[in-house]
Amino acid sequence: MAQVDTISLPAREAPVAVDLAAAARNERLIVLAWRAGITVVGLALWEFASGRLIKPFWISSPSAIWAQLVDWCVTGELWLHVQVTLAETLMGFVFGAVSGIGVGLALGLNKRLAAILDPFIIAFNSLPKIALAPLFILWFGVGLMSKVVLATFVVFFLVFYSTYAGTLAVEQELVDVLRLMGGSRWQIVRKVILPSVLLWIFTGMKISVPYALICAVVGEMMASNKGLGYLIQAAAGQYDTNGVFAALFVLMVIATGLHAALKLSERLMLRWKEDGG
Amino acid sequence: MSDAPLIEYRGIARQFASRRGTVVACEGVDLSVRQGEFLAIVGPSGCGKSTLLNMAAGLLKPSAGRVFYRGAPVAEPNTLVGYMTQRDTLLPWRTVEDNVAIALELRGQSKTERHRHAHDWIKRVGLSGFETAYPAQLSGGMRRRVSMARTLAYEPETILMDEPFGALDAQLRLVMHDELLKLWAATGTTMVFVTHDLTEAITLADRVAVFSARPGRIRAIETVDLPRPRDVFRIRFDPHFGELHDRLWRYLEESVRGDIMVG
Repeated sequence: MAQVDTISLPAREAPVAVDLAAAARNERLIVLAWRAGITVVGLALWEFASGRLIKPFWISSPSAIWAQLVDWCVTGELWLHVQVTLAETLMGFVFGAVSGIGVGLALGLNKRLAAILDPFIIAFNSLPKIALAPLFILWFGVGLMSKVVLATFVVFFLVFYSTYAGTLAVEQELVDVLRLMGGSRWQIVRKVILPSVLLWIFTGMKISVPYALICAVVGEMMASNKGLGYLIQAAAGQYDTNGVFAALFVLMVIATGLHAALKLSERLMLRWKEDGG
Repeated sequence: MSDAPLIEYRGIARQFASRRGTVVACEGVDLSVRQGEFLAIVGPSGCGKSTLLNMAAGLLKPSAGRVFYRGAPVAEPNTLVGYMTQRDTLLPWRTVEDNVAIALELRGQSKTERHRHAHDWIKRVGLSGFETAYPAQLSGGMRRRVSMARTLAYEPETILMDEPFGALDAQLRLVMHDELLKLWAATGTTMVFVTHDLTEAITLADRVAVFSARPGRIRAIETVDLPRPRDVFRIRFDPHFGELHDRLWRYLEESVRGDIMVG
């Protein structure tokens, strides 16, 4: 009996294991097929409804939006606006992230400074920051600068908070182990605190990317003569729905691209998390 | 083994503030740890055993009394001791070899030198082939081995162990006991080993100190005169082991039962 069992067991299990891999592949294909289906059906319905059920004035149509995009590409107009919005977003993101990480670490490592500044930080952070846009436009003009400052301000607070919370969440036991090994303060910061906080910093940065883009676009909509926000505002002002939708589509592509880039860099930098239990 | 105390606790008490008032973790503790010995501290949970280790490490001050290391008040932190806690304190973003080599890295050893040293220890704890794995890729038992290698690799004068194998299953624990005793015999380090498992304490130690339930006090200190090297898999069945166990269990039983009745 026992012998029969030991022989028959692997034979019974082997096909099951193969099936699991095939099933996982199948599941992925099904998901992809559904996504493609939803996209195609959605676009087809939109195209059909436009002009038949609803006036194109309200909802435009995929083909008209495509034509508009092609037109903008040919004239080179699109690239100009994309460049401006991207520059504002990236500059705001980089300045905000760098200063947020710096101040977050400084306060995290200096408890007294953190205690002193606490009420000021809470006061500034509870302000709806978009409301500062008119002030920044007043101070820095309608050009690039006012949008960069707004995005920097918003990104700073998001990254700062996340970094600061990360320094508070560092496990004291890990710090103690290194202290007992004779580690200096600076060694502990470099080998324990910074790597622990890195995860939090990344979270803060990931959250803040879309906000940087929002700040750039909102700033452009308020006062500007370049950028995708301006393009949307200008198109809407001329009742040009095609233009509005086309600009929104470009924004969507940019936001998705930024998110993907950040996710990739996180995967590369936090390799130890991957097989995490 | 000399009789000069390496660590000396004199009249130690420690209280902690809690929501329900002051909790006395331990009081009236006088204890000497001799150089080169393997001392086990046994007692029910929450009797302040870990508190004593934290004091020897200079991470915690007693509320009353003093702790001496080599005759001088304990430094804060005491860099002459290595500490292996119950919880995992491996750095998750470092590979096995970089975790084992960290103390050597802090001392400024070159990368080749400290990796050679680390590889030697990784081999000794039976983890060859896992040098570049991350802690998250290892099982609980393997992570304990890495912790052990890390603590032993930089050869601290004294090693404090706080229920280091508490989370492992019974079989794996015996294997770890065997490895620990072999490694310890080769180094001559002073060991202070905290556990709530009397069998574990007698298997490993030269002396066993039994603590009462909270507030922790020393009930008895017994010398374990079982010959070394010990066969950790069979020593439990030695008649003399049984006698020692019976005698020490009587001290421990009162506190454990008392603990249950008090709640």
